[in-house]
Amino acid sequence: MLCGLLLSGGLYAVFAPAQASRAESDAELVAKGRELFLVGCAFCHGQNGEGIKTVRGQAYGPSLVGVGAASVNFQVATGRMPLAQPGAQAVRKPRVYDEEETAALAAYVATLGPGPAIPNERDYSTEGLSEEELEAAISRGGQIFLTNCTACHNFNGAGGAMPRGGFAPALRGVEPVHIYEAMLTGPQTMPSFSNSNLSSEEKRDVIAYLQSLEETPEFGGFGLGGLGPVSEGLAAWLLGIGGLVGVAVWIAAHTSRVSKEKAE
Amino acid sequence: MTIERESERVQTQPAVVVTRVGDPLPDPGLPEHHPRPTDVDPAAEKRAERQVATMFVLSMVCTVLFVVSYVTLEVGDNWDTFLNYGASNLALGMSLGGALLFLGIGIIQWARKLMGDHEIVEMRHAAASSDEDREVTIDAFNQGVDESGIARRPLIRNTLLGALGLVGVAPIIALRDLGPLPGDTLYSTLWTRGMRLVRDVVGRPIRPEELEIGDLVNGAPSILFETDENGEPLVEGVELQIAKSKSTIIVVRMEPDEITHGPGREDWTVDGICAYSKICTHVGCPISLYEKTTHNVLCPCHQSTFDLADSARVVFGPAARPLPQLPIMVDAEGYLVAQADFDEPVGPSFWERDSE
Repeated sequence: MLCGLLLSGGLYAVFAPAQASRAESDAELVAKGRELFLVGCAFCHGQNGEGIKTVRGQAYGPSLVGVGAASVNFQVATGRMPLAQPGAQAVRKPRVYDEEETAALAAYVATLGPGPAIPNERDYSTEGLSEEELEAAISRGGQIFLTNCTACHNFNGAGGAMPRGGFAPALRGVEPVHIYEAMLTGPQTMPSFSNSNLSSEEKRDVIAYLQSLEETPEFGGFGLGGLGPVSEGLAAWLLGIGGLVGVAVWIAAHTSRVSKEKAE
Repeated sequence: MTIERESERVQTQPAVVVTRVGDPLPDPGLPEHHPRPTDVDPAAEKRAERQVATMFVLSMVCTVLFVVSYVTLEVGDNWDTFLNYGASNLALGMSLGGALLFLGIGIIQWARKLMGDHEIVEMRHAAASSDEDREVTIDAFNQGVDESGIARRPLIRNTLLGALGLVGVAPIIALRDLGPLPGDTLYSTLWTRGMRLVRDVVGRPIRPEELEIGDLVNGAPSILFETDENGEPLVEGVELQIAKSKSTIIVVRMEPDEITHGPGREDWTVDGICAYSKICTHVGCPISLYEKTTHNVLCPCHQSTFDLADSARVVFGPAARPLPQLPIMVDAEGYLVAQADFDEPVGPSFWERDSE
């Protein structure tokens, strides 16, 4: 406790002047974010981010009070928000708001209620770890991933089907910061793994494991995306056995004789 | 020999037309025989021969490549890779596949272009043996019955049948070796009153304030991570695997007023935190596909869906019973602990259990 107080006091002393000069620009950022929010988000989320309900009482656009800047950064920077249309799944697509606009939106939504902030790079980066530390992080992250994440996202991070038309997205080629924010905030139907639940270090380990998956060559040959036995069986039956039947039919259907006319 | 003779006959008389009286469709006979280019043109024959031989040589080359790649390409700790694939597996598969493929193409080309080209007619005949053969067989059987006297000596016949029937008992008795009977171990797990809920893999106990609304924890009983005074785990080996498969849980936190408590379960949750068995009651798959918005958890094996906000009621799929709920409370140090073991067996149904 004492340590924490000393540390935060010390940090405050170091950063206080900078914050003071930045305060004005922060207010400007929030104001800009509010303008963008009223144009692009308020239609579903309400003019003050309070959420809008359908006539049946279901959430048309959920309340954004307390979702935090991390949530906004994840949803907007991966292009999931703004939605193209309401549906079973908010899909990843090219982002609509650039970095500065995303920061403004995040700053505005963060003022609606306390919520998780955008993580620092040192929270999720595996830079600066020695080789043994990285290896330990990957193996620990792998165990955490296999226990908590594979149920939906597949042991290979390839994603999978969810009820009512939704799906758990593939985790390949996703920015580490977005993986971290997804665990932190639990986008859409995903349960959250808040920092007190799954520590920041454990989240970093999971990211290290996912990165190691992307770097690992496919030793067994073409893995068909690692989607599991259903897709592999389908490929074996349709492409493999179907192909063999096709070739057999093709061989039998072509005569090797000179004349192809039928005798009368 | 018959086949050979008939095929010769067909070749010399290409259009045999047999018309029976009263047959509305006359037998069209065989079509006229057309020779293949390789039958009439020696150059084509030579070319086909070379093609077949080329395929067989290519097959040999592939087999040599197989052996070479087996010997040269590095596996184990330091894999050779090619286009981000394991080079050894790729080369072995491609070369062996090529060897078999070229062998097959060669044989098919050989059969179609060069092997003998006769159209053959084989007449159908009855499937039964001749009357003579059948009589001889029946006589031999009857003679056997007569001479063994099995019909005249019922004592021998009945004891023989008894002995044969009893021999079947031997393999049935051996089934006992499949393992000890489970006894009453299916009815209880390692959970006891005061046992802490810990996070699986990392083994850290859970405080209620650490969980936010929408959080999910894949949990286990703390005893799985405890060690004795010598640093040896308390539960290990097969015992650990069995204990894990029975006692793993999922812990979720939701808005307390969204929970519909089952009868007698009003105090089984702590501030919206509920704990349920992670083992599906259908065939026992571990499940944690949790949707925080609907509070539904889905089993990936057969799509059984349970509503965790309503005592894990089955809302979809083949499961017949809700997931068993673990009653939880907070201990003196502020950690989540179990109030007691599950009040019903976890996992799939079995014969002896009360399935009410």
